[in-house]
Amino acid sequence: MRFRADLPFERDQATRFVPWIVALMVFLGALALAAATAVGGAIDRWDTSLTGRITVQVPADQAQPKALARLVDTLVETPGIAKAEALSAEATRALVEPWLGALDADLELPLPAVIDVETDAGATFDVNLLTGRLAKITPGVIVDDHRVWLLQLIRVARTVEWISFAILGLIGLTAIAAIIFATRSGLAVHAAIINLLHVMGARDAYIAGQFQMQAMMLGIRGGIIGSVAAIIVLALLTAMSAGIDVALLPSATLSPTQWPLLVTVPIAAVIITMATARLTVLRALAGMP
Amino acid sequence: MLRFENVGMRYGIGPEILRDINFALEPGSIHFLTGPSGAGKTTLLKLMYLALRPTRGLVHLLGHDISLTPRSELPELRRQIGVVFQEFRLIDHLSAVENVALPLRVANVKQSTIDAHVRELLVWVGLGDHLDAKPPTLSGGQQQRVAIARAIINRPRLLLADEPTGNVDDRIALRLMYLFEELNKTGTTIVIATHNEALLQKFGHPVLRLNDGELDVVAGRTERLEAVS
Ligand SMILES: Nc1ncnc2c1ncn2[C@@H]1O[C@H](COP(=O)(O)OP(=O)(O)O)[C@@H](O)[C@H]1O
Ligand SMILES: [Mg+2]
Repeated sequence: MRFRADLPFERDQATRFVPWIVALMVFLGALALAAATAVGGAIDRWDTSLTGRITVQVPADQAQPKALARLVDTLVETPGIAKAEALSAEATRALVEPWLGALDADLELPLPAVIDVETDAGATFDVNLLTGRLAKITPGVIVDDHRVWLLQLIRVARTVEWISFAILGLIGLTAIAAIIFATRSGLAVHAAIINLLHVMGARDAYIAGQFQMQAMMLGIRGGIIGSVAAIIVLALLTAMSAGIDVALLPSATLSPTQWPLLVTVPIAAVIITMATARLTVLRALAGMP
Repeated sequence: MLRFENVGMRYGIGPEILRDINFALEPGSIHFLTGPSGAGKTTLLKLMYLALRPTRGLVHLLGHDISLTPRSELPELRRQIGVVFQEFRLIDHLSAVENVALPLRVANVKQSTIDAHVRELLVWVGLGDHLDAKPPTLSGGQQQRVAIARAIINRPRLLLADEPTGNVDDRIALRLMYLFEELNKTGTTIVIATHNEALLQKFGHPVLRLNDGELDVVAGRTERLEAVS
């Protein structure tokens, strides 16, 4: 792709690094955006997958069927709780399997009994109050509200998401500063020809258009380099994370619908490059008579 | 066509290089602009082709008071002025055709029109064999003809030449003067800056003479003869 410029841009030293700046901007920008969208997606999935569940653990020595039944009854009567069900011994063993390995059913290991509690959507509980009430029936019960640690996890993830967007913004600002610098040096290098065009009756927009076209060429070149690099790295990351069995955390990789979103990064980079060059030139030319 | 009223010019905080410049160019006139080196000839030409703003005084060009004309209207006025620069100022990476086409491209003239006109004019100035040559491969005289072709390609109403005979031998200088007279006959108003006294004597056009920052207008020989008879 070439265009015939009045200005001999090919010989510029300062504009040579512009494609690399744009490439870096696109590369880092795509990674930051990928991180932000992947984490954002994970947050949404965590939100829906883990809310509405509480578990109640009963110490093994207290876990007689009668006591469990009373606990279940009390729970079901509590406002905001939709369902409570004591897990069978097998289900409990399955639950601890990831930590303790497959247990022999005959082995008399004192496992605590677990009551799985489903809450009404949006209901909130005072865990301490509930624990106190249940402890009156059976001392030593533990009420586990997943939402406490989940909320903390989501808070961390949100922070990661915002930091990613902040990095994206900083990368953009840095690139704009570099492009302004390159354009200014281009203006200085080509001052004589710019002057000539000006006295011939060229409008500022004509001269700015030349710089803008040049910036577009450099931006597209950089956008392609950066995009290819980003795709390679993201594909590698996706392939690697697919190999890991992430038992605890929902996966934080890009879904097929999120990949196209990344196309906006090189497009935005080219537009930013062009607009920055144009505005820089127009501002400089406004000082001419 | 062009009128200066009490124009003064200084660069930055430097001394006033031009003081109280008053003159008017009638449409279709031809003038020499002379004065010793450093007298301000180039500066005065720059004021005429709107590359500089005067520090004081009024410039009237083609019916516009320049100080009151919005900046956005100045390009249109500049397109009616052709300039032959002292150092030609050709663009080295463009061919002769592309250099001459520049004023038309800048004015958004259609490419097909540009192609036809530019080639015709380059043939007319004797560069038919060098249409696609880059300026650095041309001789000084050839470069000058490209510069002149570029100055006149969009039929300017005012043609300004800064020491066009300074770097060429006498034979070419004469041919150049005849060329300017040809253009003048077609109605183009012309100002030729030169410090070549012999040329002034030979052609006898009216002279704008700069001295010590001030301008005297000396009537031409033809006009004086008319006044005598
Ligand atoms: N851009 C400039 N900045 C400061 N001084 C200048 C500039 N251009 C010309 N001068 C000064 O103005 C004076 C007139 O210069 P110039 O118009 O080039 O004269 P001439 O063309 O008659 O030789 C000289 O003293 C020159 O040094
Ligand atoms: Mg001069």
